[in-house]
Amino acid sequence: MATKAKSGQGSAYFLDHAATAEERATYAVLVDNEAGVLHRVVGLFAARGYNIESLTVAETDHAAHTSRITIVTRGTPAALDQIRAQLEKMVCTRKVIDVGRDADSLERELALVKVRGTGAERMEALRISEIFRARVVDTSEESFVFEVSGAPSKIDKFEVLMRPLGLVEVARTGVLSFSRGV
Amino acid sequence: MTVHHSLSADPAAQGGAERMTGAEMVVRALVDQGVDTLFGYPGGAVLPIYDALYRDEAQHGARLRHILVRHEQGAAHAAEGYARSTGKPGVVLVTSGPGATNTVTGIVDALMDSIPMVVLTGQAPTHLIGTDAFQECDTVGITRSCTKHNVLVKDVNKLADALHEAFQIATTGRPGPVLVDIPKDVQFATGNYRPKQPKGGYSHHYAPTLDGDARKIAEAVHLLAGARRPILYTGGGVINAGPDAARALRELAQMTGAPVTSTLMGLGAFPASDPQWLGMLGMHGSYEANQAMHDCDVMIAIGARFDDRVTGRLDAFSPRSKKVHIDIDPSSIGKIVRADIGIIGDAGHVLRAMIAAWRSAGFGEARSRLDPWWTQISAWRARKCFGYRQAGPLIKPQYAVERLWAAVKDLDPIITTEVGQHQMWAAQFMGFEAPNRWLTSGGLGTMGYGLPAAIGAQLAFPDRLVIDVAGDASIQMNIQELSTAVQYGAPVKVFILNNEWMGMVRQWQELLHEERYAHSYSAALPDFVKLAEAYGGVGIRAEKPEELDEAIAEMLRVDKPVLFDCRVERAENCLPMIPSGKAHNEMILPDFTGDLSTAIDASGRGLV
Repeated sequence: MATKAKSGQGSAYFLDHAATAEERATYAVLVDNEAGVLHRVVGLFAARGYNIESLTVAETDHAAHTSRITIVTRGTPAALDQIRAQLEKMVCTRKVIDVGRDADSLERELALVKVRGTGAERMEALRISEIFRARVVDTSEESFVFEVSGAPSKIDKFEVLMRPLGLVEVARTGVLSFSRGV
Repeated sequence: MTVHHSLSADPAAQGGAERMTGAEMVVRALVDQGVDTLFGYPGGAVLPIYDALYRDEAQHGARLRHILVRHEQGAAHAAEGYARSTGKPGVVLVTSGPGATNTVTGIVDALMDSIPMVVLTGQAPTHLIGTDAFQECDTVGITRSCTKHNVLVKDVNKLADALHEAFQIATTGRPGPVLVDIPKDVQFATGNYRPKQPKGGYSHHYAPTLDGDARKIAEAVHLLAGARRPILYTGGGVINAGPDAARALRELAQMTGAPVTSTLMGLGAFPASDPQWLGMLGMHGSYEANQAMHDCDVMIAIGARFDDRVTGRLDAFSPRSKKVHIDIDPSSIGKIVRADIGIIGDAGHVLRAMIAAWRSAGFGEARSRLDPWWTQISAWRARKCFGYRQAGPLIKPQYAVERLWAAVKDLDPIITTEVGQHQMWAAQFMGFEAPNRWLTSGGLGTMGYGLPAAIGAQLAFPDRLVIDVAGDASIQMNIQELSTAVQYGAPVKVFILNNEWMGMVRQWQELLHEERYAHSYSAALPDFVKLAEAYGGVGIRAEKPEELDEAIAEMLRVDKPVLFDCRVERAENCLPMIPSGKAHNEMILPDFTGDLSTAIDASGRGLV
């Protein structure tokens, strides 16, 4: 939601969001695991016009009653700070971890990829899947279902390579993100 | 919180817990929270709670006064009026479905203006939720984005905590509305009542920061001490922080010699009679306040959120100043305007800390440094930006507000407003000396706010004078509440500036749409005098300037709700004005002689 404003003026307080490059950020949001909490987060993004590129959610600590929501979003640095502040403001939020702007953070995604083909194309698909360390989780005479995991960019690449070989369908989990070390 | 859940799961473990029904818990929790008044409307899904209220009154007398409104929106605004005038949370009790949806406008209003409010809604019984049952609606879904927090309670053993927590969340940090949705079977069920818990005793880890960062406060004070053209820009946060925050603001202004301006929401935090007061800023604010904001070198924003009505054109907003932003809501800082120093904390706490830091740094009261700044401000003041001329046979609306204020200002009145021109004139011509006297819908701009809010304030302060400054269009949006005022003997005075137009809409159509007045004229209006009488109140009309003072005096003599039909000049515009898309130093003043219809350019027309 870039705010268009005319440039010039030379004012230090001049908010020209359009002129500031958008960045990708990943936030891990630890929330109280209660009814409607996902809607709260998604509703916040929708209401304020923020983008969601990817979203994963699951209960992570049953005893502490918390879920971890991992959101990949995009915006100017100011907009990203605002997104974080808005997430932290929710009563059900325990903690917001900015994992994604740390270039070194761990990001993993899992995808199921169905490829249809016979003959040489089928063999090529299998060969590429080995390079990507994908697993075959289903096979028929003219199809494979691969399970592939890794950084989102790796899965993008896998999709691109499979497309000419008879890619039928892709399901992705969305990104899980973690910071390194302790 | 682990403790809380294990206790809920095992009620027997709660030593000494009292057994009662969910409906009784609601009454008990309200009493334990110190609630004395609630605003509501019964219906099928809250009947058990109403029954518990009835039995509580039979047993304990009227310790919990229920005010029966005529429309649930009225209940929400009345609760807001109660909250804004007392500083205590307003409480609303309504039924499911339409009862809940009718409160939504009031809930959003409270969210936008940071008003503490607890809304209790009935809900279809749990086993019918999701079946499109009679008067069922997804209340928590509908209100999720317009409450500070909300919850549907399906287990009677969790109800007491949910209620107490609602009050804690609504009243701490940046205040706001919290809604608790209670299915009918939960109201009937018996469970354990858990009393109010100390801090940290609830399931949510909600802990707002009150004290600002000491290092940043010291930096801010240094900045202020070195300023040649400082300004204190204050907002509703100072009022929400309580009376001591307003006292601290006065002390800081006194110490630093800086001029003070305020948003619409913050009026009253600083006395209007003080020579350092510049008046309200923003779109219809004073010329001197807006010019000073534009030209200042250090701006201290306290509990204000740089709303578009305040900043005008953002890329030309106060271009040469260093900005300090103090706010209890971290998401307010840097949202609209970049702050050089952002301080998260309660306005009162931070102001006190600034005063202490100013003293400990030994800055004293070196005022002469600011002399050129005050000379400049005096020159701006000399423009007399609120000027108008009362001439001819018709009452000018500004004159009406000025005469009203002259008649009542010494009575320490509470003023509420509807939304529109009359609201801006009231803000311009009424000079508030203390907080919690000015109750107006700022963020949401809700027509229909003023009358129920006045009733809420009047019930909180039965002996005070409460006036709703209204317009002929706005007042009809919740006119039914006049019946509530009559029922409870709340002698609110509704001063209607009747120009037969939606005045602000008309003004914008004149300025932006070449005088094409689409549907902004009420070709039929009720006879407000007869209407007042029909409701059991008193109607008074003034049509000529010379009869105005006596009519106002008569209104003040009446100990009943009054509708005052003040017939005013129809085509008067509310000035001064920063046209949309323009900067603070591009105001249109009342002595503007150009063509108003071209004052706003194409890019400004797109703004609201």
